[in-house]
Order: sequence, then C-alpha cells, then structure tokens
Amino acid sequence: MLNNLPFIVVVILMALGLYALLFKRNLIKIVMGIHVLGSGVDLFLIELGYRTGGIAPIFTMAPRLEMVLPTPQALTLTSIVINLAVVALMLSFIILIYQHYGSIDSKKRRLKG
Amino acid sequence: MILLEHVPLLLIAIPLLTAFATPVLGKVNSFLRNFWIITALISTELMGIWLGHDVLKNGIRVYTLGAKLPGLTSPVGFPIRIILEVDAMNAFIAMIVISIALISFIYCMRFMEWSRNLDKFYTLLLLLLTGMMGLTLTGDFFNMFVFFEIVSISSAGLIAFYVHRGEALEAAFKYMVISSIGALMVLFAVGLLYAQYNLLNMAAIADSIQNSFVDKVVVALLLSAFLLKAGSVPVHMWKPDVYGEAPVPVVVLLITSSLVSLFILFRITFTVFGLIIDTALLGWILAVLGILSIFLGVTMALIQSNLKRLIGYSAIAEIGYVLLGLGSGLIGFPSLSEFGVKAISGGIFHIMNDALDLSLLFLVVGTIIHITGKRDMNQLGGLARHQPSLALLFLIGMSAISGLPPFNGFASKLMIYESVYRFNPFLTIVGVLGSIVMLAIFVKVFVVTFLGIPRRKDIKEVPESMLAMMGILALFIIVIGLFPNLFVDNLITPACQALIHPEKYVEAVL
Repeated sequence: MLNNLPFIVVVILMALGLYALLFKRNLIKIVMGIHVLGSGVDLFLIELGYRTGGIAPIFTMAPRLEMVLPTPQALTLTSIVINLAVVALMLSFIILIYQHYGSIDSKKRRLKG
Repeated sequence: MILLEHVPLLLIAIPLLTAFATPVLGKVNSFLRNFWIITALISTELMGIWLGHDVLKNGIRVYTLGAKLPGLTSPVGFPIRIILEVDAMNAFIAMIVISIALISFIYCMRFMEWSRNLDKFYTLLLLLLTGMMGLTLTGDFFNMFVFFEIVSISSAGLIAFYVHRGEALEAAFKYMVISSIGALMVLFAVGLLYAQYNLLNMAAIADSIQNSFVDKVVVALLLSAFLLKAGSVPVHMWKPDVYGEAPVPVVVLLITSSLVSLFILFRITFTVFGLIIDTALLGWILAVLGILSIFLGVTMALIQSNLKRLIGYSAIAEIGYVLLGLGSGLIGFPSLSEFGVKAISGGIFHIMNDALDLSLLFLVVGTIIHITGKRDMNQLGGLARHQPSLALLFLIGMSAISGLPPFNGFASKLMIYESVYRFNPFLTIVGVLGSIVMLAIFVKVFVVTFLGIPRRKDIKEVPESMLAMMGILALFIIVIGLFPNLFVDNLITPACQALIHPEKYVEAVL
C-alpha cells in the first residue's frame, strides 16, 4: 500500500488537472489544470525510475550498484522545461485576450477548452 | 558517401540552425535574411530528394546518435539512444513536407512583406518545419514527444500572429490547450511503454511487445493524441478556428503538420502495434471516424461564408478520406488481400494529394484576401475579370479536391473507393456523396467569388512570385492527375510496402 502511494498521488493530480480543464470557465484555471496534469505525468515518470534504497546513477566511485534509473529523470527534465514553455506561452495569450476583451471567462466568448 | 550518411540528421539540423540564425541576419539586412532562408530550404529540399532516392534504391537508412552498435553501451538489453530511421514511407512524407514548406516560404516573401515582425515570424515558421521534419524522421518515442511539442508551441505562436485580432488569440489558445493535452497523453503513453519494456525505440518496442492490458491503454492514448493533432471528427473543433485565423502560409504548414501526425498514427498502428493488437476493431474505428469526418466536414462547409473557414471544414473531410483508406486497409492487416494493399496505397497517395490541393486552395484564398482585403465571399464578386489566372488556379484546385477526373484527387479517391467497396459498400457511398457535395460547395464559392459583376474597384495586382508558387502547385496537381501510375509505382507502392512490412523496419535497427 505504502509503495503505491506515489502512484495514487499521480492519479489524484491527473484527476484534478482534468477536472479543472473540463469544468472551469476561467482561462487561468484551465492553464493551471494543464500544469497540474503535466506535473502528474512528470511524477509518474520519476516514480517509474525509482528503486528503493537506490543512489544517484553515477558509476564512478559508486559504493553499491543499487541505482535509480537515469532515463526517466532525463525525460522528466525535458518535459518540465517544455511544460514551462507551454504555460508561459498560454499565460501570455491570456494577457493579450484580457487586454482585448476585458474578460478571461471562456463562457462569454465562443472558446472552450 | 560521407555526406549522404548524415542527411537524415541534416534535414532536421539545417532548419533548426537557420531558425536561430534568422533574427541575427534580419538585424543586418532583410534581403540577406530572405536569401539565407531560401538557400537553406532549397538545400534541404535537394537533400530530401537525394535521401528519398537513396532509400528507394538501397533500403532503410538508420542514423544513430551515440554508440553505433547496440552492444557497446549496455551489455544486456537495448540501449537508450537517439535513432533516426528512414524507410520509404518516412522519406516520402519528408519530401512532401519540405516541398510544401519551400513553396509556402517563397509565397511568404511577398505575402507578409508589410509586417515589421518578420524576423520572429520566419524563426517560428522554421521551427515549425524543424518539428515536422523531426516527427517524420524520428525512430523513438520520446523524441516524438519533443518534436510534437515543438510543432505545437511554434504553431500556436504563428496562429496568434495577427495579435490585433481577438479571434486569432482565442484560436491560438484553443489550439494550445488541445495540443498540450495531446502531448501529455503522448508522454504518459511513453512512460507506460518505458515502464513495461525499458525501451524507447520504436523498432525495439515493436520487437518485444506483448499484448498486455497496458499496451491497449497505450494504443488508445497515442491514437487519441494524434487524432487530436490531425483533427478528425470527435476532436475537429480547433481546425476551422485555427485555419480561419492564421496567416495563409502558416495554414499551409499546419495542414502539412496534421498530415504528418496522421502518418505517425499509421506508423504506430501498423509498425509498432500492428502485429499484436486487434487490427480489425481499430481499422473499423478509424474507417468510421473517417466517414464521420467526411460527413461533418462537407455539411459544415456548406453553411460557411468565410472562405478560410470553409476550406478549413473541407480539410476535415479530406483527413476523413485518408483515414477511410488506411483504416479499411488496417481491417485485414497483417494478412492483407489485394484490396487491402490498394486501400492503404490509396490512403497514402491521398496524403500527398491533400497536401497539394488544400495548399493550392488556401494560397489562392490568401491571394484573394491579399488583393481585396476581404475574407467573406459575400463581399466579393467578379474577380475573374481582373484576375483570370487566379480564377483558373482556383478552378484547378477545386476540381482536384472534389475528385474530378483529370486531376490528382480523382486518382487517389478512385483507388480508395474501389478497394473500400470490397469491405463495405456503404463506406464508399458516403465517400462519393461527400465528394459530390464538396464539388457543389466549391462551385458555389467559385460563382460567388469569381463570376458576376465586380463589386470593388480597388483591387491590387497579384505579385508574380506568389502566382508562380501557385502555378507550381497546379502543375504538380495536373501532372499527378495525368500520370498517376508513374507516382504510384515509384513512390506510393514502396511507401505502402514499408508500412505493411513492420518486420523489415524492426530488423534494420536491431
């Protein structure tokens, strides 16, 4: 049960993200939903590579060979950077939309998630 | 040949480096910048053709970054490396992408010359091209995700290029939300695959795949992500908005990017999962989605008056034809009958024809907007009197897209109809009806826009370079329409064979 805890957190994060995406009208909350969803996926990747009691995967002078997997960490790093770019871009769209219409409520305009 | 060995990487690297050199050169001189971009693109185009020629002659080409042999880095298992794998299908799509990009860039030079932000515009456009080339050539799943995001981010920036229009911003936001959900689905699927097999390479996963429950989830996630990006029916809602608001050269590249994501979809379903999943079910799903896309695309196009939105809806219908062909081919996979092979090659052929026809129509509409400043067809009229060549080009484009005989759309649609009829006559009937309605719609557009009394006097001249680019597209459409066998035998059949023989794709890497 305790071992599965991170995966339960992943599921909760993704459910929260999806909920925000589908049911929130505020554009900023939609972006938050996407970011929470992204964090859920990132946590999932990190959790995949974790080994109980593992050390950082550096072979030089390694005290023991029980290591966490390096690949998912590399993937997560990339995905965090990409998520950051996506969120920054979407927030800048929101600023421009707000300047244009004076509202960030998706219900008032024809756009929807 | 030492250079040929590196061509797959150069095809991605040249647009990428050009993209980041563009703002620097733009500071110096705008002519230098344009010259530089065109030179880079022409050399990419030549290299793409060279690579395609080589792949058709000598078979699959694998480019590895890092250790050449699998055994060098890890004693057991298949190591994680970046691999570009080019078979006939990849090379075919890559050639289409570069050719359309070259045409749209040259068109851009005059079309966008009024703008003050051209440096940034070209940078994003080249990044979009980089993303598409990467998606086309990559041989592993994680790079696929990265390039998918490059395509999303750069095209969202381009869609919002007319920042003074609120609708453009909304369309860009919508596109960005949808494609980032798609990208997260891809990433999650990649994570699931890595969890099971410790692999990221497509060929290696295809080799060691088992039909577990998690695999089915992965197929569903990847399928929905790439259908989102391609814009087939249940997830088509971004398409008319985006195509209606983005600048025309960008729309042309976006059409190409949705065809590229269709290609990735088929690469995944045929090559990676083709041998283990329930292909009949998946094939039926894709074929039915194709039919629904055709139906919805033409019915919604019927009531539009904004020219760009109208063609945007017909683009959904065209995606439907590709899905119909390849989906019904997938029903019988891997033990394909003659008709199955024909349906698949018809679908692949239609990918190329779609890119040409829709690009031509969009470029003509872009020219109309450029010279009149109007995008609603009810405010236009009598353009044929001022611009007979433009009317002729539109006529060629609309005949090709609705599948009239001497043009390329007819050749590929006939292949799809003939073979799909053997699976289920009903699918063909809807397809034919869709084509007829599409012809009716475009005849209406042609009459309203080009015939009748000229409404406006202040019509600008069409720049020659734009006319020349549309002429080249029209020439291709006619040549392919007149000699379809030439193209089918030399390009489509090898691509089709590459798609339906996953074992060769796997062998080349392992």
